[in-house]
Amino acid sequence: MQYALEMRNISKSFYGNQVLKNVNIAVAAGEVLGLVGENGAGKTTLMNILFGMPVIHSTGGFEGEILINNEHVNIDSPRRAMEYGIGMVHQEFMLIPGFTVTENIKLNREITKDNLLSKVFGKSLRTLDFPAMRKEARQAISTIGMSIEELAVVAGLPVAHKQFIEIAREIDKKNLKILVLDEPTAVLSEAEAEKLLDTIRYFAKRGVAIIFISHRLSEVLKVSDRITILRDGVVVDSKPSSSFTVSEIAEKMVGRKLENVVLPPRAKEPSDEDIIMSIRNLKVYMPGEMVKDFSIDIRRGEILGIGGLAGHGKLGVANGIAGMFPAEGQVYFEGEPYRLNDPSYALRNGIVYLSEDRRGVGLLLDESVEMNIAATAIEAFGSFTRRFLFMTVYDRKKIREHALEMIKKLDIRCKSPTQTVRRLSGGNQQKVCLARAFTLNPKILFVSEPTRGIDVGAKKLVLDYLVSMNREHGITIVMTSSELAELRSICDRIAIVAEGKLSAVLPPKASDAEFGLAMAGEFQEVLQHG
Amino acid sequence: MEKLKKILISYAVPIAFSILCVSAVLVAQIPPIFLASEIVRRLSRNTFLVLSLIIPIIGGLGLNFGIVLGAMAGQAALFFVVDWKIKGLVGILVACLMAGAISVVLGWLAGLTLNRAKGREMITSMILGFFANGIYQLIFLFFVGSLIPFRTKQFLLPEGVGLRNTVDLYGTVASALNNPWMIRIGTVRLFVLPLLIVAGLCLFITLLFKTKLGQDIRAVGQDMHIAEVAGINVNKVRVIAIIMSTVFAAIGQVIYLQDIGTINTYNSHEQIGLFSIAALLVGGATTRKATIWNAILGVVLFHTLFVVAPSAGNRLFGQPQVGEFFREFLAYAVIAFALAMHGWRAKKILM
Repeated sequence: MQYALEMRNISKSFYGNQVLKNVNIAVAAGEVLGLVGENGAGKTTLMNILFGMPVIHSTGGFEGEILINNEHVNIDSPRRAMEYGIGMVHQEFMLIPGFTVTENIKLNREITKDNLLSKVFGKSLRTLDFPAMRKEARQAISTIGMSIEELAVVAGLPVAHKQFIEIAREIDKKNLKILVLDEPTAVLSEAEAEKLLDTIRYFAKRGVAIIFISHRLSEVLKVSDRITILRDGVVVDSKPSSSFTVSEIAEKMVGRKLENVVLPPRAKEPSDEDIIMSIRNLKVYMPGEMVKDFSIDIRRGEILGIGGLAGHGKLGVANGIAGMFPAEGQVYFEGEPYRLNDPSYALRNGIVYLSEDRRGVGLLLDESVEMNIAATAIEAFGSFTRRFLFMTVYDRKKIREHALEMIKKLDIRCKSPTQTVRRLSGGNQQKVCLARAFTLNPKILFVSEPTRGIDVGAKKLVLDYLVSMNREHGITIVMTSSELAELRSICDRIAIVAEGKLSAVLPPKASDAEFGLAMAGEFQEVLQHG
Repeated sequence: MEKLKKILISYAVPIAFSILCVSAVLVAQIPPIFLASEIVRRLSRNTFLVLSLIIPIIGGLGLNFGIVLGAMAGQAALFFVVDWKIKGLVGILVACLMAGAISVVLGWLAGLTLNRAKGREMITSMILGFFANGIYQLIFLFFVGSLIPFRTKQFLLPEGVGLRNTVDLYGTVASALNNPWMIRIGTVRLFVLPLLIVAGLCLFITLLFKTKLGQDIRAVGQDMHIAEVAGINVNKVRVIAIIMSTVFAAIGQVIYLQDIGTINTYNSHEQIGLFSIAALLVGGATTRKATIWNAILGVVLFHTLFVVAPSAGNRLFGQPQVGEFFREFLAYAVIAFALAMHGWRAKKILM
């Protein structure tokens, strides 16, 4: 069979740590290959090899061969990959924050026209043809059915929009033959993800060979023609998708059976009598996630879920309370008026926030695991410090002890507490965030998208840890997530936000239809379920 | 209100310097006409050098302390032009061409070095400047007159080897750009040619950032990794940015020295790096953001202070040196401040 792309016997080690062993994958033109596996299974590394990413070649290259249309190719840089017609939507956004949408879509493929200087000094001095670039960018965006202002600067846009801009950029590439989508739906709501799947089908129809990586197995099943499952750097199965079911894939990925979570009981159930925080008419000016008028009472000791479609403001609530974006409204914390727009005030009062943007806001990527766990506590409370002569210095020993304890407790997979966080996989980074939050001894923990981009195994660990923080230490948790299933698995109540307002508060056992109505903002009255 | 606060914070340095300048002018009681003529002259003399810093900043290389390399090239070229007794505009042209050629090589070497020191460009370029200064001294103290023939004996040290501390441009290229076209408005003299050259560079920079190369420089400046993934040859773009900066610095130094009239053989280039960077920062530029207007405003403010500081010092403390000291102190302070801000922004705060 003629394959558009074949990767044969690919092996790769990082610092003596083998992450891929004799991996074979193949995809034909117009075919969608679903690539699934736990985080750390090697999917992203495999794709980085295909795209000639600098991280591969700066760590000693790889073994094996890559064939495009049955011809051996040597891909040693992203530029070379692009010349072969390979496009990639990366897991981390490859968008330049200070550039406009148009400039990002057209990055390094700008449309230019001649001028006097360029005739003398060569092509690189040709003038950019902005109107033409803008027109083509506009076209690419509308192909995926989005309405994004093409002259907006990318920095302030919501993550879902950034994701679609990445895809629009690939659409705009006329010579695209192979497209890799690495976790494109992780940041999207279900409706948006559906739109993205349509785009994938559109690409396939154009004859593009597609490799689709996702943790949302039902999506993979829906859109792929064939599915390859990776586990610990080895292909464990590769078959047409019609011969799989979701639970089979999950089983093969994880290598162990998934079970329903049964939540441990509490000593004292939360009740409406004991309100820890009362939010009235909250407005948050978070671009893309505006909160217009949100009110709710948070009960002491509960796990409150906040759900809703992307762009409707569910992410804004926690960001507003934590002081990350300008907010106004009346908020009472333990009966006292609470000061908004002051992150350090929030922290001092035991209100801890784990951002949905963990690589950007949550972590010091180039610092060690132990410093990441301790940093905020040092900053806010001066913990882990001791007096030395007339100075306050870090207490390295205490930091190390605490870090080791957290690493063990949360099963953070790192080589040592001194490893930099950048090199950890997404799931382990999230665990570091959780460890940091726990170190702060929070009264209320706001956590946004805790399982975004995390594999099934780590997901369960993260959720379990949230539950244990709640049950064993009585920490009130407000969890914002676009995955309804995970909200329903651990929350006591779920508040649904639609168009910046509270649409309904539902019990986790409410029907899918009720949730659907609430998300659409058509739940007539706000029901206060117990 | 919030907006006003933001504006005040982001323009803190230029605002503080404006206040300082105005009060110094008031204290010094310098006649406004004299001040105006001095500033106009310094605009035509110094702006080109300051502008040469802009491209590397936008390319993400920070403050290019390596412009002293260009300045050295400019001086080296002038020494030979003086020795060969090439006069007037032709002399300037020959000096610029020679300086340009030398600084392309120097800039290329500097660029290669900086590509190996990503993230530490500023300190690297600074040390590179010191290192190059050593070679420069070696050449002009020991090789000129011995290995390198030099005919004009009056510029050589008594032993006939090595250049004297000052080399005179009078009679060759001093004011060669200033003289051909001068407009007098009262006592204020406008040197049109240097000003036109400065305007030309401004135009070039503006146009550059509308081209493919300019867009690449901007992309690399914003995020090297993303630019590389998009297929931009990051290292090449950075080398080009540094070469352009070095070449402009060389030409800038020629323009500067023809106006001054004498070359301070072993010091001129050192000062120029410091004062150009300080001027750009005073104009409101940062290590990551700079515009043509930052450069122009910076030259005006910084040099106003230069002109009035000695008299102000004299009036206040009875000693002009206090003013001298003060301006030197401020030049270093403003650079230190910018570098501290750079470090502070680079380290993202966790909360």
